[in-house]
Amino acid sequence: MAKDTMQVTSKKKGLSKAARNNLVAYSFIAPNFIGFCVFTLVPMVFAIGLAFCNWDGVHPIEFIGLENFANLLSDPVFKIAFVNTIVYALGTVPFTLICSLGLAILLNQNVKCRNFFRTVSFFPYVASLVAVAAVWNMIFSPSMGPVNMILSSLGVTNLPRWAAGKETAMITVIMFSIWKNMGYYMVIYLAGLQGVNPELDEAAGLDGAGKWQIFWNVTLPQLRPTTFFVVIMLTISSFKVYDQMYMITQGGPGNATMTLVYYIYNVAFVNTPKYGYASAISMILFLLVLIVTLIQFKGSKGEN
Amino acid sequence: MAAKETTNIKMSSKSGNHKIAMAIVYILLILIAALMLLPFLWMLSASLKMNKDVFSFPIQWIPENPRWQNYIDIWVKIPLLSFVKNTAKLTIIVTCLQLLTSSFAAYAFAKMEFKGKKALFLGYIATIAVPWQAYMVPQFMIMRSWGLNNTHLAIICLQAFSAFGVFLMKQFYEGVPTELCEAARIDGLSEYGIYLRIMLPLSKPALSTLAIFTFVNTWNDFLGPLIYLTKNELKTIQIGLRMFISQYSAEYGLIMAASVVALIPVLIIFLSLQKYFVQGVASAGLKG
Repeated sequence: MAKDTMQVTSKKKGLSKAARNNLVAYSFIAPNFIGFCVFTLVPMVFAIGLAFCNWDGVHPIEFIGLENFANLLSDPVFKIAFVNTIVYALGTVPFTLICSLGLAILLNQNVKCRNFFRTVSFFPYVASLVAVAAVWNMIFSPSMGPVNMILSSLGVTNLPRWAAGKETAMITVIMFSIWKNMGYYMVIYLAGLQGVNPELDEAAGLDGAGKWQIFWNVTLPQLRPTTFFVVIMLTISSFKVYDQMYMITQGGPGNATMTLVYYIYNVAFVNTPKYGYASAISMILFLLVLIVTLIQFKGSKGEN
Repeated sequence: MAAKETTNIKMSSKSGNHKIAMAIVYILLILIAALMLLPFLWMLSASLKMNKDVFSFPIQWIPENPRWQNYIDIWVKIPLLSFVKNTAKLTIIVTCLQLLTSSFAAYAFAKMEFKGKKALFLGYIATIAVPWQAYMVPQFMIMRSWGLNNTHLAIICLQAFSAFGVFLMKQFYEGVPTELCEAARIDGLSEYGIYLRIMLPLSKPALSTLAIFTFVNTWNDFLGPLIYLTKNELKTIQIGLRMFISQYSAEYGLIMAASVVALIPVLIIFLSLQKYFVQGVASAGLKG
């Protein structure tokens, strides 16, 4: 019945079946797409334009060409933020990857209470960053935190100052990030391990390969798509890091944990807003993500 | 005989090795679980202590006189109830909108043929790699020019239409046999009917996964509310908690009690939906 009436109406409007089908499909996409366009796509395009302008939000927008980018080159804080972002990425990506893969392999054994261990390792990931960072700040408090208390009772005299020390601040944040995020990537690896063919492992075992050899030569290559996905997600998220620094170190001490996004936030929303300049830094961030992703794409294709 | 004996010995040493290996696995797992849980246990324990006892050493895991007063004081010292209400409202609206619009759009991408499908989907995918922070400034200015600054609507608009949701749902729908849809079409069911009666009931794991992600992200979001909500009566729990921490930085017990309160809703949602989770992540991450 419904179909009949639809056919009638479509004949009236003179729409072909394909056109009608297109319209139905667009009606499915529209609610999401309109919101997505207005709040994501348009601002993205706008951001590109704004990078070449000068604007404080009050006076009219003024086109200044490449001046923002030229200023970036001589901006010492930008340089620090850029280097810190790279250091943070280099510190978190490999270690999170190794920890999450290791944990996934442990959990992929035939162990009791698998669900419990899985849930427990995932919990830091879903826990509120503000709350968790508050605990870390207390546990790693240089003067009275339990970590340093334990270290000093073990006879360590030169106690690390963790988030308050210039040299240790970044390491503290990196440790925190690995702890917080490894559960998520562990779940992705667990899913990947479910796709690994156990017969291949067994065959290699019968051929006399040791456990380590089997892992390195048989299991790991089968996990390549997962690893690729994990590396890309980890890299992108490590370039976006901001909140961790905001909660644990406030970008300090000095600028020891100032990152690109932190700097964007400071330039755009603290004191006199410099929206154009902030957008220029955003473009650098975007290019950084793009280049690294492309390299990883190329790398993974080359290996296959 | 001799040969058999040696194989027996080999077998037993092998199973002995296996036992040792499993013991190592368990020790490692317990260590990791402890590492993951201890900060939370410490938080819980500190939330029931007087400030002066929080850092007493050796650590007293179970406080002698648990100070429940902390859990009463936090509601008085800051408008915690208003923060929780705001966050709950935002999180529920965003999660519902996200599930609805994402699964709706994903159906068309996965099960229908139409003009411009590839280009549109590529547009979605391309934006996943762009960090939000790269365009948060113009986004803020657009919202402000529409007067959405300092409204909850801004946060809803910000969070409700993600490319990630469409991607995740589409990946899952592609795993549903197309024959099901074809059969339904022949039976005269409209596309909306197929979506409603066949796809939605089948996509529980994917919907649960997306629900966890969206709920957790919105509940825990910090930078969004920090930029958009500057009025106290609009603020969310994360901003409120942060405010509390900087205002009463020495009230360790209270800070920990407020933190526990901020964690509980996420814990409940996560535990109730987690059985779908690995399945959902598997279908989202790996076929893409």
